[in-house]
Amino acid sequence: MRDVAVISFSQAPSVRRESDLNEVEMIVPVVTEAVERSGIDRKDIGFTVSGSCDYLAGQPFAFVMGLDAIGAWPPIRESHVEMDGAWALYEAWVRLQHGDVDSALVYCFGKSSLGELRDVLSLQLDPYYLAPLWPDSVSLAALQARSLLDGSDHTELDMAEVAARSRRDARDNPNAQVTGDTDPNDLLNEPYIADPLRKHDCAPISDGAAAIVLAAGDLAREKCERPAWIKAIDHRIDAHSLGARDLKKAPSARIAAEAVGAVKDGFDVAEIHAPFTHQELILRDEFGLSDKTRINPSGGALAANPMMVAGLTRIGEAATRVMDSSADRALAHATSGPCLQQNLVCVLEGN
Amino acid sequence: MSDPITKIATPISLDYSYTPGRAVSRFLRGIAQRKIVGERCPECTNVYVPPKGACARCGVATSEEVQIKPTGTITTYCVVNVPFTGQAVECPYVSASIVLDGADIPIMHLIQEVAAEEVRMGMRVEAVWVDESEMKPTVESIKYFRPTGEPDVPFEEVIATIEGAD
Repeated sequence: MRDVAVISFSQAPSVRRESDLNEVEMIVPVVTEAVERSGIDRKDIGFTVSGSCDYLAGQPFAFVMGLDAIGAWPPIRESHVEMDGAWALYEAWVRLQHGDVDSALVYCFGKSSLGELRDVLSLQLDPYYLAPLWPDSVSLAALQARSLLDGSDHTELDMAEVAARSRRDARDNPNAQVTGDTDPNDLLNEPYIADPLRKHDCAPISDGAAAIVLAAGDLAREKCERPAWIKAIDHRIDAHSLGARDLKKAPSARIAAEAVGAVKDGFDVAEIHAPFTHQELILRDEFGLSDKTRINPSGGALAANPMMVAGLTRIGEAATRVMDSSADRALAHATSGPCLQQNLVCVLEGN
Repeated sequence: MSDPITKIATPISLDYSYTPGRAVSRFLRGIAQRKIVGERCPECTNVYVPPKGACARCGVATSEEVQIKPTGTITTYCVVNVPFTGQAVECPYVSASIVLDGADIPIMHLIQEVAAEEVRMGMRVEAVWVDESEMKPTVESIKYFRPTGEPDVPFEEVIATIEGAD
């Protein structure tokens, strides 16, 4: 395998509703910043790939508009995934393994606010028998949370502690949307919105964008003092039918973690993409993470959750801590689909 | 054997809001007042109409507003002869790319008040606006373009305009 590293990261502040800027205007600053920080001339970037979802914008081929932000002239090598930017990064990593290009720009954007997000997400379900019933994303997550609470030792207080820790850590993240110092026991006095989920158990609805520049081998060493090397990366998917799964588990996350050698402690930092508090509990169990690993110092998706962006942001946040030497070894995770259906795991190291 | 089930209906409908963005909002507010506003790229100096907020060539933000005239030159066109559902204009009609005076990127619009076979590359045209009472922030505030009667722009110059965008 060719050595590939994250050498720069940029993200837009997450907001509940970006009513001023269109997608292109949101992308331009983050792509410009990520490319500038990489030290690579934009015209020398070997491959460009984006992650977004047309269902969020409600327009077919909405992702093509994003290219206006890139400067695709003379024509560039480009690709797109209808997924979170973390999977776009995976494609870029594979592309760099070909060996003929040495750098890649990965960007992603999502305006979750344009439609009713919990309904929009219903359309990723089986279109014949499930989507017509409009089971919304929060209710489906509640099914999973109930399955976990009744089938394990985890409690609603464990979930509230995840929320409180995320909000507390997010106070140091200028791009976060939900921050604060709250007592988990107080959170339990709040009403349910989809029993057993309360508001604090659910990620906010966010608009945002992010970009990462990857570089291979010597180019990464030349352009970045301490590149965040991608030591291993893998992604797996569970069955599409929710009824075919044991919802309190995420076997695709476990297998992806095993594939990258991540099912053991030894991480300084883990950035886990868990849009619901109980999902972090599931993922911590699947990854075998103990208290020795600092989890989601950014505040995670519970503090800022732009669709199609929050997964790449986990990689970017983890990589940033490797690049600034506050971590030697970091785990980054991204999820997609209902109830942790699809999972990507990535190990980043400073040496 | 029982009849095969060949069809199920699963109606789906979602409502979205739309964010035009800063650049397009400036353009739409202008067009509601019979003004066409473009934006210039600080790097390649191309002027975009309608502006999208970024130069598609250079990938940098555009911010300098440029007033564009409601007159321009046809750079290419097609004659629509096939009727289709919802067609607003009677066949045959002409849809054309028009580089407005002061812009570098053509817009698409209808050409009317002239026989389809008389339309040609290089023809000079002008915007015909809807009545004052119907002016709205939409490109439909321009009903169509019609010939100005000015001499054509020489073919070589039209080609140079198109190639200039490279």
